[in-house]
Amino acid sequence: MEKPFAITLDVGSSLANKTGTWRTDRAVYVDRLPPCNHACPAGEAVQAWLYEAEEGGEGYERAWRRIVADNPFPAIMGRVCYHPCETACNRGQLDEAVGINSVERFLGDLAIERGWRLPEPGSDTGKRVLVVGAGPSGLAAAYFLRLLGHGVTIREAEPAAGGMMRWGIPRYRLPRDVLDAEVNRIIDLGVELETGVGVTDAEAALEDGFDAAFLAVGAQIGKRAYIPAGTAARMLDAVTMLHGVEAGERPLLGRRVAVYGGGDTAMDAARTAKRLGASDAVVVYRRTREQMPAHEVELEEASEEGVRMRWLSTIKRADEGRLTLERMELDETGFPQPTGELEELDADAVVLALGQECDLSLVEGVPGIDVEDGVVDVGSELMTGRPGIFAGGDMVPAERSVTVAVGHGHRAAGAIDAWLRGEEPTEVAEPELASFETLNTWYYADADRMHRPRLDAVRRQDNFDEVVAGHDDETALFEARRCMSCGNCFSCDNCFGVCPDNAVIKLGRPGERYEIDLDFCKGCGICVAECPSGAIQMVPEQI
Amino acid sequence: MAEQRIKGYQTGTYVVGNRLLDPEERSVQARMDRSNTLTSGHRACRGCGEALGARYALDAAMRATGGRLIAANATGCLEVFSTPFPESSWQLPWIHSLFGNAPAVASGMAAAMKVKGRDDVRVIGQAGDGGTVDIGFACLSGMFERNDDVLFVCYDNQGYMNTGVQRSGATPPAARTANTKPVGSEPGNVFGQGKNVPLIAMAHGIPYVATATVAEPRDLEAKVERAMGMRGARYIHAFVPCPLGWGSASEDTIRLARLAKETGLFPVFEAEHGEITEVSRIRRRRPVTEYLELQKRFAHLFSPTENRPVLDRIQADADRNIARFGLLGGAGEE
Repeated sequence: MEKPFAITLDVGSSLANKTGTWRTDRAVYVDRLPPCNHACPAGEAVQAWLYEAEEGGEGYERAWRRIVADNPFPAIMGRVCYHPCETACNRGQLDEAVGINSVERFLGDLAIERGWRLPEPGSDTGKRVLVVGAGPSGLAAAYFLRLLGHGVTIREAEPAAGGMMRWGIPRYRLPRDVLDAEVNRIIDLGVELETGVGVTDAEAALEDGFDAAFLAVGAQIGKRAYIPAGTAARMLDAVTMLHGVEAGERPLLGRRVAVYGGGDTAMDAARTAKRLGASDAVVVYRRTREQMPAHEVELEEASEEGVRMRWLSTIKRADEGRLTLERMELDETGFPQPTGELEELDADAVVLALGQECDLSLVEGVPGIDVEDGVVDVGSELMTGRPGIFAGGDMVPAERSVTVAVGHGHRAAGAIDAWLRGEEPTEVAEPELASFETLNTWYYADADRMHRPRLDAVRRQDNFDEVVAGHDDETALFEARRCMSCGNCFSCDNCFGVCPDNAVIKLGRPGERYEIDLDFCKGCGICVAECPSGAIQMVPEQI
Repeated sequence: MAEQRIKGYQTGTYVVGNRLLDPEERSVQARMDRSNTLTSGHRACRGCGEALGARYALDAAMRATGGRLIAANATGCLEVFSTPFPESSWQLPWIHSLFGNAPAVASGMAAAMKVKGRDDVRVIGQAGDGGTVDIGFACLSGMFERNDDVLFVCYDNQGYMNTGVQRSGATPPAARTANTKPVGSEPGNVFGQGKNVPLIAMAHGIPYVATATVAEPRDLEAKVERAMGMRGARYIHAFVPCPLGWGSASEDTIRLARLAKETGLFPVFEAEHGEITEVSRIRRRRPVTEYLELQKRFAHLFSPTENRPVLDRIQADADRNIARFGLLGGAGEE
């Protein structure tokens, strides 16, 4: 080709110059484990379902479907879960944790309102599994076993399913229409529910044509403490009292009620007593507020309702209408020690909320099953020493909560499925945790948390109406969008925009993210530093 | 962030894109069909702020003009790393001038377009701070004074970087360069006025003057778009960190640009006809040490002992900017 004066070469593009050869480190997209997912006892992929919810509209159903892949009770969770996810939430270090629980409730309620259905059961495997106890753990196990195609029969001693969600948690925290909706949705998957049928011998029950069993009988027996009492003193335990109220009884409590204990059940008992007409409900606890096992929000709501607290006190003696308390003092190890100082408290009844025990008579004599400290010994896959019998929920060693129980049900279903197929359960390696330090929080909009409104204390006095209200579409969407998507790409285009070398390729099709163009990436690391959610990592090149 | 406050979308206006936004509301840089006026394979250092700033500015100008754009480019890093003969990284008509005459060449291009009756074709002139505040300054001032129809963009990396990091009229006080060594009683560059070209440009009373940083691409894009919507002489001064000349880590380029604004050392504003019309306020105010510490050109202020008097003077400069431009009171400021 004829070239102009002094020109010897054709014009070329710099695309011929592969600057990728300069690189000593490369950027790699990663999915780190968000702290909320890590903390969830039910194993929910919190960040993933918030990601769907952030879209609003159509995204809500996808979000709900993502939740029920791990937990069939979003509306219940959104009310009774103590949300360890929020405690772990990285946003807590920026302003205030994302209101994950409130968004979950919004989605759960929306699903009930719109009649969204759970996934269809899997194709029939011909195997039958017995589930003992229709509490959160048993119901969750039944749900996941049905999804895997196994036949499920639940035997429940009470006249209705729900376990502690029905007989322990008062209606003002969990309205029964919500409970029924989420429980029935599981039963509708073809679960055979036999109510009023207690199981007294697990081994014998298994003989009834079942290939495996999951025991989840819960902890139904209120612990007793020896308190010297006059003949006319009225004493009852919190579990029995709450059960009675749910069954339609009105326990005789009198005007002044003392509740002995410091857990959530104590709060429930005191708040229930208030609603039943007690003018005075006092929680007597032998340690301090800081040591109290009850959750902060329970204590807060109880205090709003006028429940009073007596810290560092034990009940020495109960007489008609009057208690003798002894003041305690913490020793240097933080253990309460008696001081000998006595005081009196007017009380017509004492409700004991000192913890619960399990009725484990159904495993007595079953070969291989060990009971230690009042709970059943299980392996990591929740199988007892008797092959084919699994156990979960309150009757195995773990924290006792609805969410933990659901997690057990989920895990046990997977383990039972593997066991029925004669396989080892697959262990999935956990990715690296997405810590606060991996985020670039500059990019998140300033957004103060939206809190759910609570019923005025004065309107809670004489009824069991739900105390905490839900979010509406606008506030739920706002709250979902406060999620920082820790450790996971949320398609913000920052890497695509900030690369000085155009070496980030935006794939652009739905569900697809970005790729590093290794022909031109010089390995500067800007995309890593400016990724808001810490979803890119620098990795040394193998040279 | 003077432009496009987007609320309730997780990341608001701060990130480049945002999947939750309508595509039309996203930045030019978020678009798969952006021009990539400065394409891959250029030989800028790892983490070059100037390469980034140039692509941000020119992609926005290309979009604003429907691709009818010619650029005049002074000698400097931007020219050296993009066009080693016979390669070019430019994906628009682009003319290389001398170091000192890019504004005059751009004026000539604008005049030629006028003669040809092509008022749809727009002209951009660009240079680094050396080519703008020092060597090209007379031509620039002339271009302003004649109000030629050119948008001139200065990519300010505070020194002559491709020749080996010498000081320019835009080098900050106390900074180490090849010819302002950190020795003697007043180490590094002198404390002086420097040349504040945005303010000098405003003194010419031209239609539009703005400052911006590579940390806020949306803001920079909006300013380019506004400038391209006007006729006459317009000037944008873009702050572009230089990992090589500043001795900073390559991944800190955007962080440094952000800190320059958040400390108050680099005020971000817009002016029309000599009057300031908009100021981008500080969101999270930071002490200047946080910005200086990341750069080896200021290392002598921290070791072997901390040079408090000099650090205090630099902080005082930042505070003066904050007071002068009214940089406080931004959303979310802590």
